[in-house]
Amino acid sequence: MADWVEACAVDDVEEEDVIRFDHGGRTFAVYRSPDDEFFATDGYCTHEKAHLADGLVMDDIIECPKHNGRFNYKTGHARGAPVCVNLKTYPVKIEAGKVMIEID
Amino acid sequence: MAKRDYSLVGESTRIAIETGLASAEWYHTDVPRKVMKELMQRSDGPAIRETAIWLAAILGSAAGIVWFWGSWWVVPFLFVYGVLYGSSSDSRWHECGHGTAFRTRWMNDFVYHIASFMLMRNPVQWRWSHARHHTDTIIVGRDAEIAVMRPPDLLKAALAFTGILDFRYSLPTLARQAFGRLSDEEKSYIPEMEWAKAVGAARWHIAIYVATIALAIALRSWVPLVLIGLPRLYGTWHMVLTGLLQHIGLADNVVDHRLNTRTVYMNPISRFIYWNMNYHVEHHMFPMVPYHALPRLHELIKHDLPEPNPSMWHAYREVWPVLLRQLKYEDYYLKRELPPTARPYRGEFHEVDMSAAAE
Repeated sequence: MADWVEACAVDDVEEEDVIRFDHGGRTFAVYRSPDDEFFATDGYCTHEKAHLADGLVMDDIIECPKHNGRFNYKTGHARGAPVCVNLKTYPVKIEAGKVMIEID
Repeated sequence: MAKRDYSLVGESTRIAIETGLASAEWYHTDVPRKVMKELMQRSDGPAIRETAIWLAAILGSAAGIVWFWGSWWVVPFLFVYGVLYGSSSDSRWHECGHGTAFRTRWMNDFVYHIASFMLMRNPVQWRWSHARHHTDTIIVGRDAEIAVMRPPDLLKAALAFTGILDFRYSLPTLARQAFGRLSDEEKSYIPEMEWAKAVGAARWHIAIYVATIALAIALRSWVPLVLIGLPRLYGTWHMVLTGLLQHIGLADNVVDHRLNTRTVYMNPISRFIYWNMNYHVEHHMFPMVPYHALPRLHELIKHDLPEPNPSMWHAYREVWPVLLRQLKYEDYYLKRELPPTARPYRGEFHEVDMSAAAE
């Protein structure tokens, strides 16, 4: 069953940036887009075990710090080699200045 | 230690996976997120400017070769064209393969494909082999890009400067792949969904070489081949001169790039040709930092790295006795001192007893 979990405060993430959030033995990445929207995905790259939160956010793309694989963090779509498998995304809402993500 | 097995599907591969050396977590110098974010920023400006100079110099020197063909005046043009085609293409291939040279994706891809062709490298295969090189840098049995294996074959290393061995390997490899055959080793690092793309890319390359040979025959001239294909022989020396220093003589099977990778200060011309890859420890630690930001990254983290070699000459002089010793004791490697400000080397996996080699 899915639960809404508090990931961080809105101000914890800079615009066009990402932070790591660990919960229940899993790791997630929480993004703030240049137009001030929030998104969440799995925290590890689907290519190899690298934390996406150490990568670079450019517009709607997150680039993995290990091999520069790119995903659209809004949809989870892999954008070409070396990443071939899409990233799992999670619903996000803002409540009282907190970023909440729905984790299944 | 057992003799190294450099096959990517052999005994060393099995051991690397079992011991956790494969796909391990590597040491990184601490850099605040804000600073790293700034260093990682992409821009098209520097690479567009340098690519324009690069292409203009290639076309200009090619025009010189055509114009002066048959006289001694052609020699300086061959020298410049050869290095641009056969050597500087390697760094363009490398940076654009990482997707860091330009901010715009198609620009990276465009230059990547041109440079791959110049190098006789299958662009699909080499994208994956390089990803593996970054995951498992100089891990025996895993890294597909170990230039000098142990014990070192010094004749082979010397011949690399002529490009002959690489040429002899690259062209038949492309031809084999064009016939739809990928080796087991290639299949070990290229995902199945990319195999057809790899075969297609090889076919394009071979088709261009066939067209070039046909043109040379039709014109009864060597010029088409001197411009396309042969620079991989006569212009490759600078790529080898700079590239060999990346890892030669240093540790293998470690998870700390300070132990297996070298930073060397180089002259501005070599740095233009090499696109700052002389800051190689920095590049391996943080591969998402573009080439133009590497000098800044170097300044920021040099307190945690071994002292860079002040020149290529110094680096080769330092490594030569190490290579000679490795002929007899292949476990021997050059372990450089860290400055007092550095965090200690990560010890796991590589506590090698070198006492026999020191005798």
